Order: sequence, then C-alpha cells, then structure tokens
Amino acid sequence: MTLSGALEVASCTDPGMVRSHNEDSIASDGDRGLVVLADGMGGYNAGEVASGMATTVIITELQQLLEKKVPYEIDAHSGKLVAHQLLHEQVAKANTSIYQAAQSQPQYAGMGTTLVVALFYDNKVTVAHIGDSRLYRLRGDELRQVTKDHSLLQEQIDSGVITPQQARQSQNKNLVTRALGIDPIVEAEIHDYDTQPGDIYLLCSDGLCDMVSDDDIGLALQTLSSNLKLCAQHLVQTANDNGGRDNISVILVRVLRDYPAPRSIVGKMMSWFK
Amino acid sequence: MAKLILSMDGLVLKEIALTKERTTIGRKPHNDIQIDNLAVSGEHAVIVTILQDSFLEDLGSTNGTVVNGQPIKKHFLQNNDIVELGKYKLKYVNETPAGQAKAADFEKTMVLRPGSMRPAPAAPAPAAAAPAAPVATAAAAGTKNFGDTVAGGQSATAAPVAASKPAAAPQKNAALQLLSGANAGKELDLTKPLTTLGKPGVQVAVITRRPQGFFITHVEGASFPVVNGKTLDAQAHSLNDHDVIELAGVKMEFFLKT
Repeated sequence: MTLSGALEVASCTDPGMVRSHNEDSIASDGDRGLVVLADGMGGYNAGEVASGMATTVIITELQQLLEKKVPYEIDAHSGKLVAHQLLHEQVAKANTSIYQAAQSQPQYAGMGTTLVVALFYDNKVTVAHIGDSRLYRLRGDELRQVTKDHSLLQEQIDSGVITPQQARQSQNKNLVTRALGIDPIVEAEIHDYDTQPGDIYLLCSDGLCDMVSDDDIGLALQTLSSNLKLCAQHLVQTANDNGGRDNISVILVRVLRDYPAPRSIVGKMMSWFK
Repeated sequence: MAKLILSMDGLVLKEIALTKERTTIGRKPHNDIQIDNLAVSGEHAVIVTILQDSFLEDLGSTNGTVVNGQPIKKHFLQNNDIVELGKYKLKYVNETPAGQAKAADFEKTMVLRPGSMRPAPAAPAPAAAAPAAPVATAAAAGTKNFGDTVAGGQSATAAPVAASKPAAAPQKNAALQLLSGANAGKELDLTKPLTTLGKPGVQVAVITRRPQGFFITHVEGASFPVVNGKTLDAQAHSLNDHDVIELAGVKMEFFLKT
C-alpha cells in the first residue's frame, strides 16, 4: 500500500557553526509514510556511528516489513497494533546493534543516540521517540510540541522542581535520561495521533529547538508551508544565524490529503490502481 | 564548578566552592558556611546544587534572605547574583573561565546515568558560556497569530516578539512602501523574522530579517519576483536601500529606517 501523493516531505541537516562533524542522521520514505531522525552522542565522533546505525536499521527494516505487514491491523500474538509492534521491535534491534558495537570497540565506547520515528498510515501517525529530539505539529496557526523530552530538565519541570521559565536559564541543558545504545534494553515512548490534511509535522534535533524559539518555528512553518524545502532550509539558517552551536536537523511532513486504509475488498482493489 | 565569594563591607573574606548537593548557611557551627553574626539565624539558608544549577532557599530565617535587592524564599541562582544575609554578601559565580572550555563542548547532548547526579569537580558535564544562552521556549499552547501575508495591500500587525537572540550587532529597521495599487502610499514595517508578500496560490515571496540584513526569496508561483527591473532566480537576494520590488502586479520600495 503506497501513500504517494498523500504526504510531502522535505528535510535538511547541517553541522552548525561550531561543530566540525555532523553527528545527526536523517532518513525518509514519503511513499511509505516513514521518517526517522537521530542525534548521536558520545565517544570521539562516535555519535555519527550511533545515529547512522539507528536511522539505517530502522528505515531499511521497516521498508521491508511494510511490504508485507499492515500497520493498522492488530498483531495476533501480542494483541498490539502492528505499527507499535514493528516500531518496538526495530527500536530494540537498533539499540542492540549500537550497544554491542559500543561494547566491542573501544573507540565507540559510550556512544548513543536519540531517536524520533514517525509512521503515517490510515489518517494517523504513530510516533516513537527516545531522548530530546522532538516532534512538533502545526495545525492551523497552533504549533504544539508533541513529544516530551526524556531529559533531566523535563523531569525537573514535571516534578515541580523548576518552572519552564527557569529551565531556559538552566546550565543542565542537553542531559538526556534515555538514549539508544547505552543500555542493553531500552523502551521508546510510542503514541498515536490523528492527522488532518493541512497538518505539518516537524521532526528536529535539539540543535534547532535550542537555537530557535517556538514562535519563530511556528512562524516559519506557517509562512513557508507552500515551499517545504525552503522552509526546512530557513529553519536551519535561522539556527545558524542565532549561533548554530550544535548540529541541526529538520524533517518536515505536510499532509496533503486523507489517506484512509483500504479496509473493504473494493477499497483494496482500488489501492492497487493508485 | 560554581562558587560563592563571601564578603563584608567590600572586603572579601573567603571563597567557597559548591561541591556538595546541600550547602548550608547559618550562625551555628555545623553549617557549611558559618557566619558568626547575630543578624544571621542559626540555620539561615541552604543552597541546593544539581550538577551545574544551584537553588537558594531561605530556611525561615528571622531577617530573611535577599538576592539582588529582592527578598526571596526560593531562588534559582544566576551568575553574579548577590545574596545578602545581614551585613554579609555572598556573590554566586558560575561561569566558564575563558579559554578552558572548548566551543565544541557547548550544547553537547550527554546521557545522564543514575548515580551521576553528584556535582563533579572536573566538569564532564557541559559548562555553558557567557550570557547569550539560547532560549528553548515551552510548548506554545492555544492559538497564535504568527504572521500576516500582504495580499493585495493588507497591512500586517506586529507579531509576538520572538525569543531567539542573535549575538550580532543591533539590526537595522526597514519597511516597504507600496508604490502602486489600491494601497499606494501605505507603509509596512518589516519587524518580523519573516514577512510574506503576494497572493497565495498565485505568487508569493518572503522577506527574511537576518543579522546580515534583509533578503527576498521566491516561495511559490510560476513568476519570480522582480527587483529593480531584474527578475530574480530561486536564490535569496539581498535587499538594498531603495530597491524597488515588483510582484503579483504590485510595486513597492524597500527602504531602511534610521
């Protein structure tokens, strides 16, 4: 089943103004409704290895599995939605690969990566994330941060130790409490959201949201929605203009039309002709 | 590593490094910072340090605790804050000595492991630079009016002030003056980071406001904007004082405001 024509995807990644290497990794397959972003860390430039492994494992495995499996169905064994099952398994696979590489090679010791994956199907999106890379949604003129960071600051905000205002002044930024490749077992946070035509989804590494305010992000998405590539480039440029102290990656997905899953026989036949 | 500089009447008495999770301040001898003065309570205040952040809390002292002239109960300490207890001053210092921290270490994401919450003397945790800390605002809730498109001469309203701060020199102000059409003579201030011009679905261009100046870029439409009689390509084009822009059938002049 192909989603071609339902989604428009544009992306951009940049090392920023300070770092010599880009340890972010991005990948997308608009026809399958699949986008992945990872922000690598640790070791001496091993972050590049970790984030590259994460996006490669996840996108290639899911592309193959989606040939045969149908995301909106319920998996007979686990009772879970196939989309959840697939993401859960592939995140585990990526984690194991990175963890084992980190254990076996001294130059990779301590490497890890954040992750955001979005899988679009049946007029909805399933989002899996680990760490402080984010997914935002623009609907109408409201920009909403959809994922909640797995970070020290977010935990402090949640438990009332600090206010969001104080978090902006904190010197404990960029400390994630969950990442791929650090522990033998890790759980991604997985949620489903309904999508509407006109929605714009933004996946980004903290190199964007630490340098550009939510207001400026919202303004860019709203103003440049008709030219998604320009929008992605503008976001990266703004982060660099503001200092560009980290690698910057953005993936934008615009929902162009409904894409309901073909559930009836006639519907299934119709989808063969797309 | 953050520290406090204790002084009285301008005379520096001692420096205290904030190495512990809890640094107590008071008159009684068991305090980490003992101040032997009647204006200071037995247990006056405490500083809680979580890695690179420190929080000051008054412990119900008789005379209270003041930071930068304001009485506080609980305060998130910032570099150069002055805490007053009676006649004593404690200056909170938390900055990276120039030349020690490498630029590439800033903003580095690191994993927080359980048990690593003790402030370490050799800072593996990233130390932030001087003041211009980037602002990551909390999620915007509710409807926001991000911007207005100038279509057929509608004037735009000023948008909410963006929190991003470029470290560059103060930006010049600029505006557009419409030279033709129904709204000829009207001025549009270019205050927002992005201002769109034209008719959505027909021809749209955007003027971006950057530290380097103002730029016009084609966004959508079969025709590209014309500046000073020359048709632009897809690249961003730097705007100069008194450039004349033509798009969607409307002529306007870009000018810098002094």
